[in-house]
Amino acid sequence: MSTRLAKSGRFINKSKQVSFTFNGKSLQGFEGDTLASALLANDQLLVGRSFKYHRPRGVIASGAEEPNGLVNLGKGAQFEPNARVTTTELFDGLTAESQNHWPSLEFDVGAINTHLSRFLPAGFYYKMFMYPRAFWKHVYEPIIRKSAGLGKAPVARDEDTYEYFHVHADVLVFGGGIAGLAAALAAAKSGARVILMEQTAHWGGRALVDQPTIDGMAAEDWITQTVKTLEAMDNVTLRTRCMGAGVYDHGYALGYERLRDHTPDSDGPRHRLWRVRAEQIVTATGAIERPISFCSNDLPGVLLASAVRDYVANFGVSLGDRTIIVTNNDDAYRTAITLVEEGLTVPAIIDTRAKADGELPQMARAMGIRVELGKGIAKAKGTKRVTGVVLCAQAGEGAPLEEIACDCVAMSGGWSPVVHLWSHCGGKLNWDEDQAMFRPDNERPPTGADGAGFVTCAGIANGHLYTAEGVADGFAAGRAAAKAAGHSQKPGQPPHGEDVQEGPITPVWMMPQGAGYELRSKAWLDYQNDVKVTDVQLAAREGFESVEHAKRYTTLGMATDQGKISNINGLAILADTLGAEIPDVGTTTFRPPYTPISLASIAGHARNELFQPIRKTPISDWHSANGAHYEPVGQWRRPYAYLRGDESVHDAVNREVINARENLGLLDASTLGKLVVSGPDAGRFLDMMYTNMMSTLPVGKCRYGLMCTENGFLMDDGVVARIDDQTWLCHTTTGGAERIHGWMEDWLQCEWWDWKVYVANVTEQYAQVAVVGPNARKVLEKLGGMDVSKEALPFMQWADGRIGAFDCRAYRISFSGELSYEIAVPASQGAAFWNALLDAGAEFGAMPYGTEALHIMRAEKGFIMIGDETDGTVIPQDLNLQWALSKKKDDYLGKRAHLRSHMASPDRWKLVGLKTLDGSVLEDGAYAIADGTNANGQGNTQGRVTSTYYSPTLKRGIAMGLVHNGPSRMGEVISFTRIGAAPVQARIVDPVFVDKDGEKQNV
Amino acid sequence: MSDVVSALNGKSMPGDVTITEAGLRGMITLRGDLGNSRVRSVCTGLTGVDFPLQGQANCVGEQGLAWMSPDEVLVLVRHDAVDAALAKIANSLKNQHHLAVNVSDARAVIMVEGAFARDVIARLAPADLHPQSFATGTIRRTRLGQIAAAFWMRDETTFEVICFRSVAQYAFDMLANAAAAGPVGHFPAAQ
Repeated sequence: MSTRLAKSGRFINKSKQVSFTFNGKSLQGFEGDTLASALLANDQLLVGRSFKYHRPRGVIASGAEEPNGLVNLGKGAQFEPNARVTTTELFDGLTAESQNHWPSLEFDVGAINTHLSRFLPAGFYYKMFMYPRAFWKHVYEPIIRKSAGLGKAPVARDEDTYEYFHVHADVLVFGGGIAGLAAALAAAKSGARVILMEQTAHWGGRALVDQPTIDGMAAEDWITQTVKTLEAMDNVTLRTRCMGAGVYDHGYALGYERLRDHTPDSDGPRHRLWRVRAEQIVTATGAIERPISFCSNDLPGVLLASAVRDYVANFGVSLGDRTIIVTNNDDAYRTAITLVEEGLTVPAIIDTRAKADGELPQMARAMGIRVELGKGIAKAKGTKRVTGVVLCAQAGEGAPLEEIACDCVAMSGGWSPVVHLWSHCGGKLNWDEDQAMFRPDNERPPTGADGAGFVTCAGIANGHLYTAEGVADGFAAGRAAAKAAGHSQKPGQPPHGEDVQEGPITPVWMMPQGAGYELRSKAWLDYQNDVKVTDVQLAAREGFESVEHAKRYTTLGMATDQGKISNINGLAILADTLGAEIPDVGTTTFRPPYTPISLASIAGHARNELFQPIRKTPISDWHSANGAHYEPVGQWRRPYAYLRGDESVHDAVNREVINARENLGLLDASTLGKLVVSGPDAGRFLDMMYTNMMSTLPVGKCRYGLMCTENGFLMDDGVVARIDDQTWLCHTTTGGAERIHGWMEDWLQCEWWDWKVYVANVTEQYAQVAVVGPNARKVLEKLGGMDVSKEALPFMQWADGRIGAFDCRAYRISFSGELSYEIAVPASQGAAFWNALLDAGAEFGAMPYGTEALHIMRAEKGFIMIGDETDGTVIPQDLNLQWALSKKKDDYLGKRAHLRSHMASPDRWKLVGLKTLDGSVLEDGAYAIADGTNANGQGNTQGRVTSTYYSPTLKRGIAMGLVHNGPSRMGEVISFTRIGAAPVQARIVDPVFVDKDGEKQNV
Repeated sequence: MSDVVSALNGKSMPGDVTITEAGLRGMITLRGDLGNSRVRSVCTGLTGVDFPLQGQANCVGEQGLAWMSPDEVLVLVRHDAVDAALAKIANSLKNQHHLAVNVSDARAVIMVEGAFARDVIARLAPADLHPQSFATGTIRRTRLGQIAAAFWMRDETTFEVICFRSVAQYAFDMLANAAAAGPVGHFPAAQ
């Protein structure tokens, strides 16, 4: 059984007990435990059921690479699925539940799948569920969803807070092991601004357990001393519990800091996402040990050899009394030596190699440990935990030689450098034949804008498995990174490490080498996604030769652990089956994040009222206090209508339209874009921007203008006012202000950089109110001030002056067809001006109206709306706006595009008005039906509805639409689609439904 | 003139780092040739501060000059002095290509004051705020969360933030939220 040892346990504080529950069972651990070590100390070896076959699974690793130990953590608002037990620090009151079991972890009905495994091979889903098609949705998927899967989705809202932190650094070092510490030290002493991030709670990495000698002292002392030196330096930031999550272009990188996962009751943000812009990045991320693929290598109690000694040295936990070591390298002998030193039994070290006479094997033999050379494990025995192994010759097919009882198997198939962060942004790898691993090719680093590398790999992550070369490599990497970032003070002497001499590794991809189907079909590669040796072999035989295809077909490496311990073993099997070399098969793509990070950390503060900026006009508070029913327009919220009492939105809209047509309507038009364009070349510039002529517009007058893209499509419209000789004010649509500003600057900066024109966006400087209706002039005259008579301020002119107590600019423009003024006042006086209009207008029936009334009134007048009548494919000619296309100008944006054959074609759909015969309202976006069907058997169309409303003025539905040859088909009746109902007939009419001659607006 | 109000009417949130809307400020966007002596002298004459170097803001009280781009400077004056300042600019730069517009009411100004003000800004803006890179007098046009903003340091513990008026509430709430999260402990004290 697994249990707590009397001595050892570097990380734990035995004077402080911590209580937690697992599947409702109350258990005790110590401060400093991980959930994994605490569970093991309580002999809770079984932590979950596997994804597909529901096999019992136990912890296999001690760090971020753990595939099996995933739990549902916490409850309610603190619930989190798929939490790794090996990286979850224990705290008092922690609650965890195992995943993917039913009805219980000990007895799981789904385990029947393991007996059906012959019928659940790689690509099973693809093969079985193609036909009949409907079966997938209604039969297969619901069953599979219930049977497969890991954590549950949270139900309650997350009550914690999360944040970003943006920093810049000269050198960012990922990994706080000895190489990372050496790199940070060298970079900092060179004068660079350094950030060092370590994913665990402790500095030192593996060196804490393996304790090599550095600079003549024990590694632990060197680590303490180096951390102290770094802490004292002003130019260094040190962060533990902060994982390098991703490396991106231009030296951008993410650090994922878990601030309160180990103390959930403390204050402050739970996770902090460090968004670092670094000149240089050093990844000293160490290596991950590989399992060995033998039969039943997934039994609880079969662990990585390094993990077994981590649990002893760091947490004082032994996995069992009798531990079999199975290895193809010298490093695993350290586990044997550690265990025997703790007084535990190692019945045998099973070494696949023919020879093992490095210092560690010699030491093991000297301690009296039995070493079996050239042997392997034919199969592990046991059901819910390992009870023994069957010894065989590694070179054979698995004929049993001997059975050895044990309660733990520590396996080591060699080490794989953690090259993930190096690879995220394009760093390339080489296959190191001697050490049987992929390691960074330092000649092909990720490159920045200057073509030079910006990531350096250091230490074990760089393929230097030994202390002396690893720590020296780290120091050199830190120094080089600092130099590349422009800091080259002398950093002093590199640290000096010492190693025991180790013999060479012999790669083992399958155990035994000639294992038959029975053994191979229970030899696990990917524990988390339940992928076995036979699955990868089947994929290869079925033609999935590319490693990326084989990955997707088998799901190898596609689980939440992204195949950290399985990928190399899997692609070696693939290479072997294909008869190819490992480097020719290559690796799958490494993508960020390194391990899953919380979605909430990516959202940061952006939730609730901070989810998105909501733009408010100076009058917004009044709207909110007076029944505004809002609609989003870009990032603005504009009142759609103002609801009174319990009236419906529809009724409110109709009331507002009628009132504006009969009395006095007020519209908050502050959101309208306002761009000042000024300079000696401003007229020439605007003649290019707009399709019509703006340079000839007299001072004091207004003109409606159209803007096209260079491809001729209508992109924006609005009224332009000539302010003075060199200055124009261009109104844009609400959603277009920033876009058109950028558009103008683009042309000025990139194309016509020598034209003397300046543009400024003054949209928000003004509150603008449309005063609309037969009484519009009366209310302004009552407030008093400037002359707003027809003679002094005719239609399509503007004037500066005062109205009441307000300095203003008044435009005589109308989007409603009524007598209308748009009055702009400084934004700081907008609310006061609005209130003044309401007060003075009360006797004239003043009533605010929203955007829907605005839309209806413009549609009644046949005015187009950008975004309704246009959708990026519509040109001015489609909307019968030829009059706004200047023939006098040599050029304007879109002019040449309009000459293209399809643009000039007489066959385009064109704007018309539409009236249903029965007075009903056409559906938005409805299509006009044409005879026959197209090549795909779909009904032909001859037009579509672009705007459709109930007109309270006409008391019937009105619509505009684009119809094939529409303007020449006036009076014709055509049919329009209705969703789920019979088509409706509508007559093609003039799009101007109200006051065709414009008499109302021109009084 | 009637009721004149800034976007948040002087709203304030106390704390170790306080967030306060500063009220109305006079602001003029002046675009022109910043190397031109008449442009420079009208700016310095209006504000009483030196013309700023690239990336710098020189502010004293409510007056100051902030470098915004190679052809744009922000002229800060009292809110009620903008019209006179615009007239003076027009007069001084007659016959010289430039654009001067009043943007006072298009903006909101928010003060961020306190020991870890740097941390508060760094939670929201992707700018380099290390004391070596960003000191008193430095200005940066950048983003705060999802909005455009600019800020400069008045002194070692005070940032002055400007953003568009329409998003003043969002900016204030973000800053208050970031201030409530406490210090990060990353930046060294300025030398």
